Formats: sequence, C-alpha cells, structure tokens
Amino acid sequence: MAYLIESDSGTWEVVIGLEVHAQVSSRAKLFSGSPTDFGAEPNTQVSLVDAAMPGMLPVINEICVEQAVRTGLGLNAQINLHSVFERKNYFYADLPQGYQISQYQYPIVGEGTVVLDMPDGTTREIGIERLHMEQDAGKSMHDQDPKRSFIDLNRAGVCLMEIVSKPDLRSPEEAGIYVRKLRSIMRYLGSCDGNMEQGSLRADVNVSVRLQGATDYRTRAEIKNVNSVRFIMQAIEVEAARQVDVWESGDEVVQETRLFDPNRSETRSMRAKEFAHDYRYFPDPDLLPLDLDQTYVDKIAANLPELPDAKKDRFIVDYGLSAYDAGVLVADKETALFFEEAAEGRNAKLAVNWLTTNLFGALNAAGKEITESPISATHLGGLLDLLADGTISSRIAKDVFEEMFETSKDPAAIIEEKGLKQITDTGAIEAAVDAAIISNPEQADQVRDGNDKAIGWFVGQVMKATQGKANPQAVNELLQTRLKG
Amino acid sequence: MSLDRDDVRKIAFLARIKIEDAELEPLADELNSIIGWVEQLGEVNTDGVQPMTSVAEMLTPQRPDQVTDGNVTQKVLANAPDRVKDFYAVPKVLD
Repeated sequence: MAYLIESDSGTWEVVIGLEVHAQVSSRAKLFSGSPTDFGAEPNTQVSLVDAAMPGMLPVINEICVEQAVRTGLGLNAQINLHSVFERKNYFYADLPQGYQISQYQYPIVGEGTVVLDMPDGTTREIGIERLHMEQDAGKSMHDQDPKRSFIDLNRAGVCLMEIVSKPDLRSPEEAGIYVRKLRSIMRYLGSCDGNMEQGSLRADVNVSVRLQGATDYRTRAEIKNVNSVRFIMQAIEVEAARQVDVWESGDEVVQETRLFDPNRSETRSMRAKEFAHDYRYFPDPDLLPLDLDQTYVDKIAANLPELPDAKKDRFIVDYGLSAYDAGVLVADKETALFFEEAAEGRNAKLAVNWLTTNLFGALNAAGKEITESPISATHLGGLLDLLADGTISSRIAKDVFEEMFETSKDPAAIIEEKGLKQITDTGAIEAAVDAAIISNPEQADQVRDGNDKAIGWFVGQVMKATQGKANPQAVNELLQTRLKG
Repeated sequence: MSLDRDDVRKIAFLARIKIEDAELEPLADELNSIIGWVEQLGEVNTDGVQPMTSVAEMLTPQRPDQVTDGNVTQKVLANAPDRVKDFYAVPKVLD
C-alpha cells in the first residue's frame, strides 16, 4: 500500500535508498590474519597490519572474496571479474590508517535485484546498484571518561560488504522488508550472520520526498548508521515528515548526514564538517586489482544453496501453500527446514498452522528462536499424525502441545502417560451424552424447540465430562439423534 | 590545471598538515610545477591502452581464511600516547 504524506500543497511520496553494511562471515579479517570474533577483550584481535604500523602490507583473504561473489550471485547481480581497491581518505580516531580500504570506481559486484514479499502476497522488485568490499573501522566509546574517547580496534579491518540499493523503496515498511530480505538471503548463503545486535548489519538510509506524480528527485538527506529494522523504519518516517515540513515552509532540504535519535524520535544534523566528503579516493598502491576468472565464479554459482525465492516457489507448488504462508516460512532458513521436516508426508496446511500460530506464539512468549525450540520438528510431526488418525482431539492436542513445549517429550508418550487418548468407544460417549441430557432437562427441551445454540452447550458439557477426550463431532452427532432424531 | 592559495590551504587541511599563510604561495608554485610535469604525459596518445595499475604482471596474492595473528595487545598499544587499560585513549571525539 502506498505510503503518502498529505500536506497543504498536496500529497507527497517518499523516495528511499539504502546502503547496508553487512559483516562478512569469515574467521580472519579482510587484509590480516587477526580473528573476527565478537565480544573479545579490547585490542586483542589486532595485528600490526590492523593497527597500521609503518611497513605493514595488506594481503586479501580469499574467503572474503568468495563471500562477496556468493552474495552478488544471491542478489542476481553482475559479478565484475575486474575490481579495484581504493583508499577512502579521512581522519578519525578509530581509523588508524587514515584511510579506509574500499572499492569505489570498480566494485566487485554490479547491478542486481531483490524481490520483496509484501504482506498481501504480492511481490515487488528492488534494484541493487552495487556491492563492494571494504574494511570496517574500530569502535569508539565516548561515555567512559569526561575528556577522552576510548578506542578498541578489534573490529578494525573486518570485511564488510556495502550493498547499495537503487532509490526504489517507497515506504518505511518496504525498507524494513528489504533489509529483512537481504538478511535472509545472506543467511541462506552463509555470507553474513545478519546479527543486528552485534552490529553485523547496519544501514545508512537515504531519504527524500517529492510530490506524488513527480519523476525527478529532490535533495536527499542521509541518516547514518541505523542498526535495527525498527529504527530504520522509524527514522524514515520522522525524516520524511520533517522534509515535507521544510518544503512546506518554503525552505529547502539540504544534502547532509543526519543522526537518528530513537529516544526523541527525531533526526538531527550531524555537525557539518567542512570538506567532510572530500575523500580523495585513489587506487591503493599496496594492492593489485582483484582479477577473477569466469570458471571461479561459475563454480561458486553451481554450489549455491536453494535461496528463499526458489524455496518459496517450491513450497507453493509442492505443499499447496499460499504465497503469504510460503513467504513467512522461507524468510528464515531454520524455520523452512523445520517446516519441511514436520510437514513431509502430512497435511501441510495443518503443519503451517501449528507452526506459525502455536509454535511461533510459544517461542515468542518464551523469547526463543526456532533453533532453540523445545519441540523438535519430528515431535510436531508426530502430534500432527496423532491428530490425523483420531488418537486425540484438536482440543487435547493443544494441551499435549503445551506439555511438549514444557518437557520436550514425545507426544505419544505424553498421551500414554496422561491417558489423553480420544474416546472412540461409542458406548462410553453414549453414556456421557445420555447422562448430560438426563441431568439437564430444561436445556434438552430448548434443543427440541429448535435452539441450536443449546446443542453447542451440550457438546461442551459432554466434553467437560470426558475431560476433552470425546470426539466432539461424534458427540454432536449423537446429541442430534438423541434430541431431534 | 593549476592550484591557487585556497586549494593549497584546503589540501593541507585535508591532510592535517599545518602551514603558515606565508608558505601558501611558494607551495602552490611547487605543486603547480609537479602537476605541470605530470601533465606532459597527456601529450602521449593512449588510445586503446588499458590503464596500468602495477608494473608486476601478476594476480593479487590471496591468503587462506586462517587466524594467524592478533593477541599482541601490548605491542599494538606500545606507541600509544595515552591509554586506559587496554584501550587507546584519545581526546574526546564529539561526533
């Protein structure tokens, strides 16, 4: 649905482009042999290369190259066999070299596309402008000392992929879906763990507004370093509203970098640094151009895993799922795997419902990921079997499910232990039905007078009397014949 | 192409090199003569010649993804003008 802002002079639309910085999954850094593990003691994962000691030379990590190519292929993008590392020059305390080694004119990956799965089941294609490799900077801490900032270079030199979208996004919601989709693709590929809490995925958000129907772009502002999907969406919302106000009041939006403050829900201008954007890129003389051959790329392409879009299509065809359900399931590789294990050879729609409603609900409440689920896919499948063959009613299934979530036990064992098997013995059900009718003559008369609601009430009474173990449909049929037959 | 005093001031600022106003003019002259020298290369016809980035006819060497370095905290901090525990300490950075 279109995201539009109404104002005195008309209806505005938002134009958004994202630069996503994704940390490449690798053991060692991009140009040195230091480890990349998160959360290590300060400055323990730093080599003399990372600390930019004189005379140290960078040597590229082959896995980082492979991960960038793999990600490019996952974005249906052109892989550039020739790419060049350049120096992006600026001074900052957490950048010991005085420049960041990045790619500029010749990135390793060119144009591609990402398909967004919209909540209404439709899809939308977003263009990728490029993907290039670069070094991460170190971490600055400004709140530890009144006069000094503390610097930890553990992250300095870790390989990032900067993925630049075309200005194709039109709403905060789309931007959120786009980032989630990128993360999903990279997790499938194993090229980035997508962990936003640990800073593995961060975004610079470019926002401009224009009157609906306009085709030219107005001046944009760049909101730096937003580190959660929710904040990305909020930042766009408040920045777009701010820009509409600026234009409305007769002023002009200026091109600048801004900072999103989630506590105050506003963006504000970062101190305008004169010449800040004069990075004076030039090819890094310490590094030769990166030249790949097509067979290398083809080999990586041949070994790509099934990606979310292909999996989604397969789920729709093989399991008869709706586009929406399939989209939800494939967003996360582990969820998709869980679903396939639980649904294989069973009623897929029932499996989706139990997975997305019951299991997701319980996991959410417990703050757990699907990989930490106390209920295994095999056990959930087992529960579906017990439902399908009539061993338990769907009401009992809910209780069994809760018990499974508590104890991780096999559903068949729980049913056996607690005597929850559905009563299929018609004699026992008949007895319970008759007992209910005899003790409630008033309600029985109501049913005979044609009050169908009262039938439901009787079903409830019988279910209660049998601790939910009677088959509700059988109960209903019996009541019908006894009272109306 | 030629540089004036303001260009030199800007370049010096970007490189964080302090220069006095009196040095601007002579530096501009020096830089201009270097640029003029390099610009002579523009006279050579380079149609169809690929830009050369290195004199070495070789592919860039690559490393396997193995942890072979790090854990030299005291070495990397040895020259730091100021430190707190195992952090570098620098004058407060405001943005």
